[in-house]
Amino acid sequence: MPVLTILLVLPIVGALVVAVLPKRRPELIYPISLVVSILPLAVAGYILWNFTVGDASFQFTEDISFNETIGFGWRVAVDGVSLFMVVLTALLFPIAIAASHAVTDRLKTYMILMLVLETGVLGVFLSLDLLLFFAFFEIVLIPMYMLIAMWGSENRAYASMKFVLFTAAGSAFLFASIIALGLLAGEQIGTLASFDFRTMLDVELTRTTQILLFSGFAIAFAIKVPLFPFHTWLPDAHTEAPTAGSVLLAGVLLKMGTYGLLRFNVTLFPEITVDFGFWLALLGVVGIVYGAAVAIVQPDIKRLVAYSSVSHMGFIVLGIFALTSQALQGSIFQMISHGLTTGALFLLIGMVYDRTHTRKIADYGGLAKVMPVFAGLFLFSAFASAGLPGLSGFVGEFTILIGSYLTFPTLAIISASGVILAAIYLLWAYERVFTGPITNSKLEALKDLNVREIAILLPLVILIIGLGVYPKPVMDRIEPSVNLMLDRIEAVTDYQVPEFGGSDDTVDIEYGEIEYEEHEGGDG
Amino acid sequence: MTDLLWILIALPLTGAFINIVFGKRIGEPLAGWLGFVLVGSAWAIAVVPTLGLLTGSGTPETIYLFSWIPVVGADAAILWDPLSALLTMIVTGVGALIHLYSIGYMHGDERFARFFGYLNLFIASMLILVLASNYAVMFIGWELVGLSSYLLISFWFKKPSAAAAGKKAFIVNRIGDWGFLVALMIIFASFGTFDFGVIFTTAPVVLTTGAATAITLLLFLGATGKSAQIPLYIWLPDAMEGPTPVSALIHAATMVTAGVFMMARSAVLFELAPISGVTIAVIGGATALLAAVIAVTQMDIKKVLAYSTISQLGYMVMGVGVGAYSAGVFHLSTHAFFKALLFLGAGSVIHGMADEQDMRKMGGLRKAMPVTFVTMTVGWLAISGIFPFSGFWSKDEILAATFQRGGPWLILWAVGILAALLTAFYMTRLYVLTFLGKPRWAEGTEPHESPWTMTLPLAVLAVAAVIFGVFNTPARLAFEHFLEPSFALISHAEPLDLPLAAVLALFALVVAIGGIAWSWFRYNRDELPVEEGGFWQRGLNGFAVDDLYGRVIVEPGKKVCEWFADSVDPKGIDGVSHGIAQGVRTAGDGLKTLQSGQVRSYAGGIAIGAVVLILAVLALGGGF
Repeated sequence: MPVLTILLVLPIVGALVVAVLPKRRPELIYPISLVVSILPLAVAGYILWNFTVGDASFQFTEDISFNETIGFGWRVAVDGVSLFMVVLTALLFPIAIAASHAVTDRLKTYMILMLVLETGVLGVFLSLDLLLFFAFFEIVLIPMYMLIAMWGSENRAYASMKFVLFTAAGSAFLFASIIALGLLAGEQIGTLASFDFRTMLDVELTRTTQILLFSGFAIAFAIKVPLFPFHTWLPDAHTEAPTAGSVLLAGVLLKMGTYGLLRFNVTLFPEITVDFGFWLALLGVVGIVYGAAVAIVQPDIKRLVAYSSVSHMGFIVLGIFALTSQALQGSIFQMISHGLTTGALFLLIGMVYDRTHTRKIADYGGLAKVMPVFAGLFLFSAFASAGLPGLSGFVGEFTILIGSYLTFPTLAIISASGVILAAIYLLWAYERVFTGPITNSKLEALKDLNVREIAILLPLVILIIGLGVYPKPVMDRIEPSVNLMLDRIEAVTDYQVPEFGGSDDTVDIEYGEIEYEEHEGGDG
Repeated sequence: MTDLLWILIALPLTGAFINIVFGKRIGEPLAGWLGFVLVGSAWAIAVVPTLGLLTGSGTPETIYLFSWIPVVGADAAILWDPLSALLTMIVTGVGALIHLYSIGYMHGDERFARFFGYLNLFIASMLILVLASNYAVMFIGWELVGLSSYLLISFWFKKPSAAAAGKKAFIVNRIGDWGFLVALMIIFASFGTFDFGVIFTTAPVVLTTGAATAITLLLFLGATGKSAQIPLYIWLPDAMEGPTPVSALIHAATMVTAGVFMMARSAVLFELAPISGVTIAVIGGATALLAAVIAVTQMDIKKVLAYSTISQLGYMVMGVGVGAYSAGVFHLSTHAFFKALLFLGAGSVIHGMADEQDMRKMGGLRKAMPVTFVTMTVGWLAISGIFPFSGFWSKDEILAATFQRGGPWLILWAVGILAALLTAFYMTRLYVLTFLGKPRWAEGTEPHESPWTMTLPLAVLAVAAVIFGVFNTPARLAFEHFLEPSFALISHAEPLDLPLAAVLALFALVVAIGGIAWSWFRYNRDELPVEEGGFWQRGLNGFAVDDLYGRVIVEPGKKVCEWFADSVDPKGIDGVSHGIAQGVRTAGDGLKTLQSGQVRSYAGGIAIGAVVLILAVLALGGGF
């Protein structure tokens, strides 16, 4: 059964269903879109359930060649790197659609765009053909642009144009690199071109070519992540986008950048990764500190969270280029966690924005008195985002830091200051919005979250706690693919994953009974 | 039996969940009784295995629960040994009493159930911290107690000062946590695991002195946050904004001792780093003295006790620094009882005085609040170091161990003695101003004794504050023997000769009595001495350390952030991108006649650019 194709087609089919809904029944659009968006989640659940733990290779592979000469085909598959990106995408879309309750203007178009966007994002994570990947990468751009441009707030024209131009500029480099790489690959296997990811693994390239292609990919993905100093489109896009747009932008669209770095830069150009990875990791670390520092003084709560994303994404980039199993697993885990925590924060901000129509921190104060449930969930999400142990954010950042220290000790030590800065910007914002007396009389009459809003947030809350307490099932599925990636890098370059750990000699003393049962991985 | 120790954590955690999520429906006083019973049960369950360790029928062991983060080898596991058993008993025992006390103290609060939810969360977090069998899990507890502390300090969040104090506590603690986190990185790089068993048995082989020094100093930075030492102690006085039971439980008896506990747990590592030992001892001694001086000048009854706590923590830290781990932990234990007692007594006074905290408006409460008065008397004598109360024994041991090192350490011993003199002075000042003399109450105040839920915990703690000291006397080191398995890996100094120990103890006693007498005659009269201006004013402000940090760190830091946000980002980085966009637009003007719409013209430019780039790659890379 072509599960992945079904997964990719479902949102499009859903969009068609929504498109043909009768004009006189607008009340059907919201529930039907919601139901339609849950179907891909069910398929993603099926994939997760049937994913073979311990298998590092691609699974559920579908390979249909469209054109042998140019080596282009419908090649989709999932492995430990992409599995959770797919699940996260399938999870966040129904949540984002459910959170679009307040949208009334051109609702049908809105929902169609959302569903098309979902196919695009899923395609990015599933493609094993670089041309196909590029197509999906670009498909994502259009609906997102329209969501910001048509449903955004005051400054939406500027923000959406900035989003398009930054991304498109990156896309030009990406496209050039993909075509060039495809032609070079084709040359070596005797066709005009080949865009199959698996053949590209064996293509032999001169060092100059590798550097150029690596740079091309890196620029495109660095803009998407966004990596300092390419980040300035993000605060504008986030701030102006409607709630669902912000949730998806932070939740999954940014991950396309880090996923791309991992899947293409690190995997296809290991030598360049080893030689120049430090500089990208450094940019990540600058982003951690800089993003957090800017977040501290933001007067707009949504901009604050946007800049916090720059900071959190910096951790992921650091982890990717540290090239240790710990750091890489941490990075992928952090991609999931950031999607959940920042998604929750944007949802919450959207919920209060629907009531007050202001994002200015100064307009709030004492909100915890009138909206206690909202305050509690916001504080929970803030702490999750700030990496409180026991919640998902900690597992990712902690593992990244521990793993990155092995390769780049100085960078890891600087990055750890992110834990201080995150506490400052989140708790200071919480203090100004939620505590003290109510100064703005308009806040007095606000109603706390209703059942629908709590139901939207609940899955995220449960996952944030669940993954924080028991991340093992996720880690077990990520680990083999990550280790395979590292094995390959060690095989083709002279890079060795840093040794760690102590001596086997122990001082001969009695210290309790240290008897662990064997607990082998793999419980799914 | 020990297989079920995870229940200790599960019980308060369940209470926290129920009271936070469903508390409103449960209401007062049931929510409070639920919290109390769960913590009390945890204590009762812990008694049996603790007795097992005490009698020798049980042995220290590690109980594996589940694999937490496999790739860094972090398991959720419990280390049950005398040290963790002792802390478990203190946390659940004192914790249960304070839950009981809070049922009376928090009566009528609109968020009554929420309070008990947070208290339960704290107990669960603290148990994770003390029962952890590796540094990663310890760090979970370490951070979660910080969270609980934040929630409870800013419990009355409508007061801006309370909200600010909670935030300050968390952020200052996070500075320390940075140290802890970096220490964890080095530990993993050195050992490949966080497991205490592996680390402590292999450390002498694995670690160089340099690495051990780095790890221990970074861990100590973490401890200066949690255990409120110089330079990070500034959050603790502000933390008094929290309800008084919180001050007693978290900011006196348990959480603030986490740093001391963590260092005692890591004794093996500290033994490998003599430089760290000296640093820690000096900072501990300096903190003990500085905080004692500030305590002398405070007027708010809780602020006196807050600075007193900082000072007493300084003693414990000093004990760890000189290598007297058992003595440090012993003082931790006695302090837990007498300081919880003092705080709860102060809470009883504040409660009876309709929320008055200024000692100048108290006086003569002896008759109105007899139980509080008698129990506070015990606490006062215990902390002042009067024979045979518990504080006498435990403080003396730390001072004796410092003295024993000889040489320059004698200076530190003298500092400790001086701090002891001041301790006796400011505690007597507090005692006299509150309970003796004539009433100076504000008009309409009618002091009354507190209900039994509040006085019963006072009585129990008072008994403990009297007798706990005799567990460890120079003549009979029962406590030290009990803890021995936890410190099996480090060398022990020979105990002092009894005559010398007796002389030192006698000297300390004389100093304490001197301090009490001096203070007694100064304050126990109708006309209170004028304490304004100069030293008194500066002391009341904590010597303006907060202002100093504000000027040197907070304000410049904020300026840098604003410079990033207002200049670098919009003008610098976006300036460049706007410049590029402008350039493209100008260059595209020629083509504009052929095309309409900006997006399309950009798209055209991008397409042309892409082709050029492809050709460039192929040409430069020698593809063809």
